[in-house]
Amino acid sequence: MRDNPFSLWVYLSQSPLLWLTVTLLVYAIADAVSIWTNRHPLANPVLHSMWILGAFLRLTDTSYTTYFGGAQFVHFLLGPATVALAVPLYENRKVVATAILPMLVALAAGSVTAVASVVLLAEAAGLPREVVLSMAPKSVTAGIAMGISESLHADPSLTAVAVILTGIMGAIAVTPLMNRMGITDFRARGFAVGIAAHGIGTARAFQVDAVAGVFAGIAMSLNALVTSLLVPLAVTFLLR
Amino acid sequence: MIASLSLILLCQLAGEAFVRGIGLPMPGPVIGLMLLLLLLLMRDRFAVLARGPLQDGGVETTSAGLLANLSLLFVPAGVGVVQKIDLIVHHGIAFLGVLAISVLITLLVTVGTFLLASRLIMRGQQSP
Repeated sequence: MRDNPFSLWVYLSQSPLLWLTVTLLVYAIADAVSIWTNRHPLANPVLHSMWILGAFLRLTDTSYTTYFGGAQFVHFLLGPATVALAVPLYENRKVVATAILPMLVALAAGSVTAVASVVLLAEAAGLPREVVLSMAPKSVTAGIAMGISESLHADPSLTAVAVILTGIMGAIAVTPLMNRMGITDFRARGFAVGIAAHGIGTARAFQVDAVAGVFAGIAMSLNALVTSLLVPLAVTFLLR
Repeated sequence: MIASLSLILLCQLAGEAFVRGIGLPMPGPVIGLMLLLLLLLMRDRFAVLARGPLQDGGVETTSAGLLANLSLLFVPAGVGVVQKIDLIVHHGIAFLGVLAISVLITLLVTVGTFLLASRLIMRGQQSP
């Protein structure tokens, strides 16, 4: 083994251990930087982890399939984490119960806006029909969005790209935007980012304020439901 | 901690089975979320349920740990996007621009509607 370090690399680069370790390490550093900058929006740990890891994979000529062999253990926890949202929801149930009506109204307005704005803007920008359809469900979590995309005969992998980019953009934009607008109601701020930017926005909301996180989680869950019913409808109305 | 994690996975499993069984267009974990919430609420009503992970803040601590690192969980999917960078380049600046503008509009409309609705409701309650 000593006279051939390359064979060690070949062995390690195929094992889940290496890629799981690298994922956690890169995230730990990105998160430390984010904390060090007082959670500055541009120091978003998801954004920086993903380009650093992406560049690393490209440099070492590693396929995403090999990488995912290790990263899948992290990815798997998305489901349990969604279930875990029940706890902050339970702990803040009184605040939530008093805001049910505003939430339902904002859910209706937000879901329709998320779908209609992207479809109309993409049409106006002259993007091909298949791309427009792939972008339509971009405000809901990747799993659902890809399902919707498939049912529209669009491109699910392009949908996944649109979903992640939307989440990152929303997570970066929300704090400066709301501060500039002078909006201090963290229920409203959290709910908006949950509608617009699903889980990545919700993760950001939890970093800023616990109540904002709770409302973002509710918004994300409700929006997943509404959007899967809304997109097929919107597509038939908006695209002729 | 293992008991709490098992409870969370059990809720997700039940949610997943329910969604697949009925053919609902929604994620299993969301049903799991409602299930866990229901369990927590019922625990306050019925003392019999307050055991195992449902006592002494068991499931609460594990959930808080998971949610404290929610950002990490999106990294593997995010790396997949970096791999598809040629797809983004191919569709160009219009693709990114449309997404960015749509996000801003959605944020503003949602926050505005929420604030407007909660103000109207409060005013309605104050002057019946």
